[in-house]
Amino acid sequence: MAYFTQQLINAVTLGAIYGLIAIGYTMVYGIIGMINFAHGDIFMIGAFISLIGFMICALLGISSAPAAILFVLLLSMVFTAVYGWTIERTAYRPLRGSFKLAPLISAIGVSILLENYVQLAQGARPKPAGSVVQGGYNLFRADGFDVRVTWLQIIIVVVTVVLMAGFSWVIAATSLGRQQRACEQDMKMAALLGVDVDRTISLTFVMGSALAAVAGMLFLMYYGVVDFFIGFLAGIKAFTAAVLGGIGSLPGAMLGGLLIGLIEVFWAGYFSSEYKDVAVFAILVLVLIFRPSGLLGKPEIEKV
Amino acid sequence: MGDRLPALLKDSALTALMAAALGLFIVGFQTRDIGQGLFFDYQFVDLGIAVVTIFFGRLGLHLAAMGLKWPSFALGTVLGAVGASPLKMPSTFLHWFVVIAGVLIILRTIWPWANAALAKARHSERGRAMGQRGAKWFGAILLIAAVLLPFTPFADQKNMDLAVLILTYVMLGWGLNIVVGLAGLLDLGYVAFYAVGAYSYALLSTQFGLNFWTVLPLAGMFAATFGLLLGFPVLRLRGDYLAIVTMGFGEIIRLVLLNWVDLSNGPAGIGGIPGPTLFGAVFAETAPPGQQTFAQMMNIPFSSNQRLIYLYYIILLLALVTNFFTQRIRRLPVGRAWEALREDETACKALGINPTNTKLTAFAVGAMFAGFAGSFFAAKQRFISPESFTFIESAIILSIVVLGGMGSQIGVVLAAVLLIGLPEWFRDLGAYRMIVFGLAMVLIMVFRPRGLIAHREPSVRLHPVRAGP
Repeated sequence: MAYFTQQLINAVTLGAIYGLIAIGYTMVYGIIGMINFAHGDIFMIGAFISLIGFMICALLGISSAPAAILFVLLLSMVFTAVYGWTIERTAYRPLRGSFKLAPLISAIGVSILLENYVQLAQGARPKPAGSVVQGGYNLFRADGFDVRVTWLQIIIVVVTVVLMAGFSWVIAATSLGRQQRACEQDMKMAALLGVDVDRTISLTFVMGSALAAVAGMLFLMYYGVVDFFIGFLAGIKAFTAAVLGGIGSLPGAMLGGLLIGLIEVFWAGYFSSEYKDVAVFAILVLVLIFRPSGLLGKPEIEKV
Repeated sequence: MGDRLPALLKDSALTALMAAALGLFIVGFQTRDIGQGLFFDYQFVDLGIAVVTIFFGRLGLHLAAMGLKWPSFALGTVLGAVGASPLKMPSTFLHWFVVIAGVLIILRTIWPWANAALAKARHSERGRAMGQRGAKWFGAILLIAAVLLPFTPFADQKNMDLAVLILTYVMLGWGLNIVVGLAGLLDLGYVAFYAVGAYSYALLSTQFGLNFWTVLPLAGMFAATFGLLLGFPVLRLRGDYLAIVTMGFGEIIRLVLLNWVDLSNGPAGIGGIPGPTLFGAVFAETAPPGQQTFAQMMNIPFSSNQRLIYLYYIILLLALVTNFFTQRIRRLPVGRAWEALREDETACKALGINPTNTKLTAFAVGAMFAGFAGSFFAAKQRFISPESFTFIESAIILSIVVLGGMGSQIGVVLAAVLLIGLPEWFRDLGAYRMIVFGLAMVLIMVFRPRGLIAHREPSVRLHPVRAGP
């Protein structure tokens, strides 16, 4: 029981990070119908900027953890968003209206480009980061085993929940959110009614990238290490989460992230940690085969 | 132009500002691991030079686009000269960066003239006839050159190695072209079938002592079976989902090879794989007991080049078989169905073509050729490990197909020479090779989505095309 509870706590933490990345996939897919293959690498960029941000904090002598986290959060969100914006502007926007696989191929190109750019600029070796938040709280003790939730895990879940709530509010209640939903339903009609479609799509990328940056920072704090290749695996898992929850659906992305976190942690905890990635890939394949619209998605009808 | 200059300067400055924001942390603060934690290595001078270059580069491209030939030409020349000058810059990369910016501006300046001249030549009667004849002869000349290559003075060890490598990618590209170019299915896990072929040969030859020519068809069959097994459930999916699922399968196969140590020996790989034989003769200095070497059989002195030349002809043959097969199957109903499916799946369904079965054949045929190439790879390397079958390999093969122009056979050859050959010749580029790769994929999609040699012409037409007005 204690082991189970401990695994559950770890799984929810991991699921929160995946959920944040998955939102970027789901929003972009919802609005322009493309899989932003480079999104995982944007997450990686966010993690790297966070690493550098924490080091700058240390140089500037900011020693209070909340101040450092807030500073790095803003820094990483802003500068990662610039990456998202630039990528959309240069690699995807010119391809709107090209043949249907063109954006995906371009996205694979961007992904290769980003990974190798970071590898060249920052080196290929994994970068260790000191822990910013230490300590935790022992929930209870059973079977000779302490069930422990660390402050860091609480921070991760709280930050995620707050951002999700804020984000859902933006989509549901602001004029930007209304424009996004309008573009999602019918881009041409939205344009005719005076919605600036290009600007809306750009902002969607900016928002998705900013959330990926948060996920990158949380990932860095949780695992304490980054390298240029983390985006590939995290990206695929987050994409699986988005598909599992129903691509295009925001609550779906969150739910999917949570489920993928649960599957991964419990598989590693009870079966074998070597095959945990295989389990995630297998889930992706099974969902796409048996329920391509996901748990919360709407079935898609192909129009001619 | 005077009144537009401020706007141009503003736009260029904005571009430079964005570039500075992009590079500020990732390039500006290089993290160094010196034992006791990370330290910064500041690279602001590099970043500054790059940003200034981007400012002038953007300005030059704007000027060129406005048709101001002389200012943009001058700007390009100055940038090129600065980059090529012995001026001290922090890294050689920056020299190249500045030179390339200059060259780009100059190219953009002369582009309208070159383009107009090209279009004129292409549309003239003589140009068109020459183009048709050229296309017909180009392939033949290339083929003759490929057959004769081992007997030319260029055939030293290094070049032959490279030629074998390029031909392997040409073959893989032609195999993937069936799936991506003809049937329009984006397969991001093609390397999985390559791995199946390689491990088939490695295991059958080291465990059961089967020789290369026996295993080759078996490896193709295994790979095709895998293609069928994987394809059956997933081929009903839409294009981009299919891409992700095939990538997932590629990774699953790699992870299984990595972790199933009893079968594949895990990350340590399989070594001591025998090379291919010719009528039972091995290519080595001394033959194992009961066999003879090629040199003994032919009664000629031994040379290590013999093995390379033999490998070269095998892969050339395999590649040509792939090409021939593709050319012929395009004329058959199933090949036509592939192309029809690529253009419009819904219309195909309405006409009674079963999309799943048709896609499945393309998938399996493509996988079979990857299996052939895989067992050749194992026989050539004599050592394989899961390291050789990562996602990036799939991406390289895919970019060869895309760059060549999906569906074009000769385009694949050009792209393979460009993407595999050039980086090998210019070894210094090594580290930047993959960056150029990614950049090329994006740029081709943006500027030439149909590839270098676009071939989207249907293989058959109901009515012959009438000459244009």
